[in-house]
Amino acid sequence: MSKNTVSDRFRKVDVDEYDENKFVDEEEGGENQLGPDEGNLMGALQAVLKNPPINTKNQNVKDRAEGLVLKVLSSFKSTDIEKGVQSLDKNGVDLLMKYIYKGFERPSENSSAVLLQWHEKALSAGGVGSIVRVLTARKTV
Amino acid sequence: MAYHSFLLEPISCHAWNKDRTQIALCPNNHEVHIYKKDGSNWNKIHVLKEHNGQVTGIDWAPESNRIVTCGTDRNAYVWTLKGDVWKPTLVILRINRAARCVTWSPKENKFAVGSGSRLISVCYFEQENDWWVCKHIKKPIRSTILCLDWHPNNVLLAAGSCDFKCRIFSAYIKEVEEKPAPTAWGSKMPFGEVMFESTGTSGWVHGVCFSDSGNRVAWASHDSTVAVAEGGKTAVCTSLSSETLPLLCVTFITENSLVAAGHDCYPVLFVYDSNNAALSFGGKLDVPKQSAQKGMTARERFQNLDKKASVDSKEAVLESVHKNSISQISILNGGKAKCAKFCTTGMDGGMAIWDVKTLESAMKDLKIV
Repeated sequence: MSKNTVSDRFRKVDVDEYDENKFVDEEEGGENQLGPDEGNLMGALQAVLKNPPINTKNQNVKDRAEGLVLKVLSSFKSTDIEKGVQSLDKNGVDLLMKYIYKGFERPSENSSAVLLQWHEKALSAGGVGSIVRVLTARKTV
Repeated sequence: MAYHSFLLEPISCHAWNKDRTQIALCPNNHEVHIYKKDGSNWNKIHVLKEHNGQVTGIDWAPESNRIVTCGTDRNAYVWTLKGDVWKPTLVILRINRAARCVTWSPKENKFAVGSGSRLISVCYFEQENDWWVCKHIKKPIRSTILCLDWHPNNVLLAAGSCDFKCRIFSAYIKEVEEKPAPTAWGSKMPFGEVMFESTGTSGWVHGVCFSDSGNRVAWASHDSTVAVAEGGKTAVCTSLSSETLPLLCVTFITENSLVAAGHDCYPVLFVYDSNNAALSFGGKLDVPKQSAQKGMTARERFQNLDKKASVDSKEAVLESVHKNSISQISILNGGKAKCAKFCTTGMDGGMAIWDVKTLESAMKDLKIV
């Protein structure tokens, strides 16, 4: 006669997920599959370190920014890494350190070796203080 | 500079008497030991036992010769010398967490205690009841107060806190003083008013210091930065990110120069240029002794390369005078306007006295403006 009213598992279903008309945020910017232009690596480094997504709560934006930075860092030749670090100002070195440690959190096959080389050069430019600032930063990259 | 090793444990805090012949320090336990200088030796002459918890702050009032101590037992005691014995008077701070730091005001009629209860207790002596009474500054403090410093006008108090901010409060107590004259930080100063709140640095504020005129305040923060703010219509904050480990204490030695020290175990000099509102690194103030360079055999080189991946022969021994973090700096002679000597104590249980003139001549590029 009556429906089964004992179970209330139906309350745990998120109905909005299954709504066909659900609004999905358009991904800002397209996925850029091409790597950075080999000729202008310095410019690529400056550009990718501009406007870091520090204030946003959107994890996707942060992940994409990190991916871009990693791509640029990996495409540098080992001998050019030092020049790249020299071209940054104090805040740039701090920001670079933040991205390096973020990259350490999720290592892929080649990333750690490249990041370690960048870490060594950034450390000699920024000193231990830049690492302390990564640890004490309230808003992460 | 002179270095004296008092103990093996860290010195939690220290304070000097007026003529700098006696030093009161806490050897990381519940007591306060007073040492007297005798030639080149230091003799322990008094032991002050009253606290039930570690003593976290000591201040010795030069004119009235009273010592105030505060500890993790949530109490503060004011000690007066009666004959040859120090007698304590309990001060009820009405806090429910440990007290962290204490300082006498310049006129020595009040003292302020910073605590983990997220408030500052400003205590003054009430003549009628013969008792120390305290008033609380609570808003807008969100975390432990780590350090305090009084402005020379006896009313303004700078406080550095674990909520990443350095603030200047008014601690005006109408029962013991007149209305203060306007200062660079503002003219209306009711009790508890926030005259200035810092922006720009993140990290716990470990040390704070007013300059001699009171127009500038400097603070050292846990994110390895030092910042100076200059009072005015709009306070101007300048900060410098340093390349060293965080600094724990900072003090002005002239109106434009600061000395700070911390986890790197040596004091450093910073110079503030008010025309360009710029803070710059002045130099490391520790001249290490030139140790004899030993030659490295090929075997040692390979061993180093294998073990430490470096060819460096530097041993893991600190070359600085202090062998562990420096936790407190105090000015001995000359005041904050023209300091001639300052003293540092640290976690290695030692105290070093630094002479500014010898430092200036020893370091060629050092300029103390």
